Amino acid sequence: MPREVIEIPSTIEYLTILDQDGGADPALEPELSDEFLLSLHRWMLLGRRFDERMLRLQRQGRIGTFAPVMGQEAANVGAAAALRQSDWMVVAFREAAGELMRGRTMEDLLLYYGGYNEGGTIPEGVNNLPTSIPVGSQALHAVGLAWGIKYRGKDDVAMVFFGDGATSQGDFHEALNFAGVYKVPTVFVCQNNQWAISVPRSRQTAALTLAQKGLAHGVPGIQVDGNDVLAVYVAAREAIERARAGEGATLIEAVTYRMSVHTTADDPKRYRTDEEVEVWRQRDPINRFQIYLRTKGLLDDEKLAGLEEDIDQQIREAVERAEKTMSEPVDPLVMFDHLYAESYPHLVDQRRELADALSDKES
Amino acid sequence: MAKMTMVQALNLALTQEMAEDDRVIVLGEDVGRDGGVFRVTDGLFETYGESRALDTPLGEAGIVGMAIGMAIYGLRPVAEIQFSGFIYQAFHQIEQHAARIRWRSRGRFNVPMVIRAPFAAGVRALEHHSESREAYFAHTPGLKMVIPSGPRNARALLVSAIRDPDPVVFFEPKSIYRAFREEVPEDEEVMEIGKSVIAREGQDLTLISYGAMMRPTLAAADRLTEEDGVQAEVIDLLTLSPLDDTLFTTSVRKTGRAVIVHEAHRSFGPGAEIASRIMERSFWTLEAPIKRVTGYDVVVPFFAREQAYLPDVERVLSAARETLRA
Repeated sequence: MPREVIEIPSTIEYLTILDQDGGADPALEPELSDEFLLSLHRWMLLGRRFDERMLRLQRQGRIGTFAPVMGQEAANVGAAAALRQSDWMVVAFREAAGELMRGRTMEDLLLYYGGYNEGGTIPEGVNNLPTSIPVGSQALHAVGLAWGIKYRGKDDVAMVFFGDGATSQGDFHEALNFAGVYKVPTVFVCQNNQWAISVPRSRQTAALTLAQKGLAHGVPGIQVDGNDVLAVYVAAREAIERARAGEGATLIEAVTYRMSVHTTADDPKRYRTDEEVEVWRQRDPINRFQIYLRTKGLLDDEKLAGLEEDIDQQIREAVERAEKTMSEPVDPLVMFDHLYAESYPHLVDQRRELADALSDKES
Repeated sequence: MAKMTMVQALNLALTQEMAEDDRVIVLGEDVGRDGGVFRVTDGLFETYGESRALDTPLGEAGIVGMAIGMAIYGLRPVAEIQFSGFIYQAFHQIEQHAARIRWRSRGRFNVPMVIRAPFAAGVRALEHHSESREAYFAHTPGLKMVIPSGPRNARALLVSAIRDPDPVVFFEPKSIYRAFREEVPEDEEVMEIGKSVIAREGQDLTLISYGAMMRPTLAAADRLTEEDGVQAEVIDLLTLSPLDDTLFTTSVRKTGRAVIVHEAHRSFGPGAEIASRIMERSFWTLEAPIKRVTGYDVVVPFFAREQAYLPDVERVLSAARETLRA
């Protein structure tokens, strides 16, 4: 028998629960408390409104370049909501909505994008890693965290976020491979938002799905409707349950869309049409979920108005606090902080050199 | 005290640190069952098991990237890159993350990891197995760059590197892995990272080197005494970053003459930085131009010619004598 067939897992499940009009598939609809459903909505809406505010601040020159989440709130919040406090969240740079839910503050994000290292801080007790800009590189850190979790016999998980572009990077594949070999509790969340700046998903890979990229590494994959917060949440919860039970990693591909710019330095009109954006606007994850909540009697115009007001107030206060910090004279010497646990003579000398130069300027 | 090779001394450091601290995890290609291609991790798999002497898939970015996550989690990974010539596959993880996580997170997280790698020429190896590119790492803020020169300091420095709260790139000069033995105490011994030592005292000339080049440098110093009646002071840097410039600039203030010896390429090499520090701190006592004896600015040749690439006693002697004549 010179040729035979080797059976490998070769199907990918696609999961969607909410239809485009916000109706839920009764067979798939998860049983979630009203309070939890409303909190998903609140964090998604906060993410959207915070994005909008940041965009205005950037256009006014009050903060620098940032990567808006707009359109990906369900992928962000649905996945992050499945984590518990002691789990780890490892982010790239388009996860603000999920990060806020986990305890990173709006003030810190504003300072971060305002050019202040201070904004990179993660509050004590929040197991989030800071923003990681080199695409895909952070996936390996989640595998290392998960390895540590397993070594210590804990049942926490490490969840890592990245985009469709990251799946072309070597680090993504090494991370899946290592996670497969060591069977560690890592949850890989790919936010497939269709565009890596100007390169469409179709030019990123010839593969039919991104979820299948786990299969060759022995890591199961699932594709979900990334604009359906319930589907994302259910897929993340299942992956987390597998991980906690010692069954290893999962790759989740959340199919979503970047409704806004890549970053504020980008002009999407150069590479995609308004018609395409409009199609996805119809699938807006927040609108869909709001219809669902209204149908369930959990949301109405009055409640929504109250919530909007509340969120607006929260954002306004955060902006005020951040702008107060940014209006004060910046201390350049801070650049010498936190390079090592202790300072060294060359750094002490260079810090003094800068301090002298600054005081010369003042006098 | 037992007489040990550098390989045995490094193994002693790992064995003892792993016994002391269950956070210490050795990982890399072939470090487990095989004990490492140079046998530095020999016996760790048998003593501490496969989870602490961890064989990894073949992927340097994977090794370093995963070790970063382990370190953030609170472990003390000691990652081995089988040869420093393959560290570039992990360079982005080192530069973009290991060196910056403390800084990026304002001290919330740190990366107490060691990246060990055999480096440098002299063992008749294939391409990519002979380079000395320590400058890349010494140039990068947030990293420490350590290079031992013998069994005893290798052991003491590796212990310190493992206990260090920040990432240490630890380059092991493989040409002297087994070239000679030294007494290495069984009891704990540490050496401070960031401190150089005087390997030989003298007052006529300062020779500055590190790693495998300490041997020709010290041999040249002996010849200078025998043949020229000159007493050279020899500084062993041991750490390139943070660089201990107090010791060698003080020495040069005494001697007025300096020769720097390393097998790394000359241009933008460690010697350029060392010479600058001497100029900044000891210029007015200099009696002669500073000389550099280094590898040439060429790709390290295949091994039929590697000895011609490497600085040797004659090249050090000739530079020293030129400096002394000036």
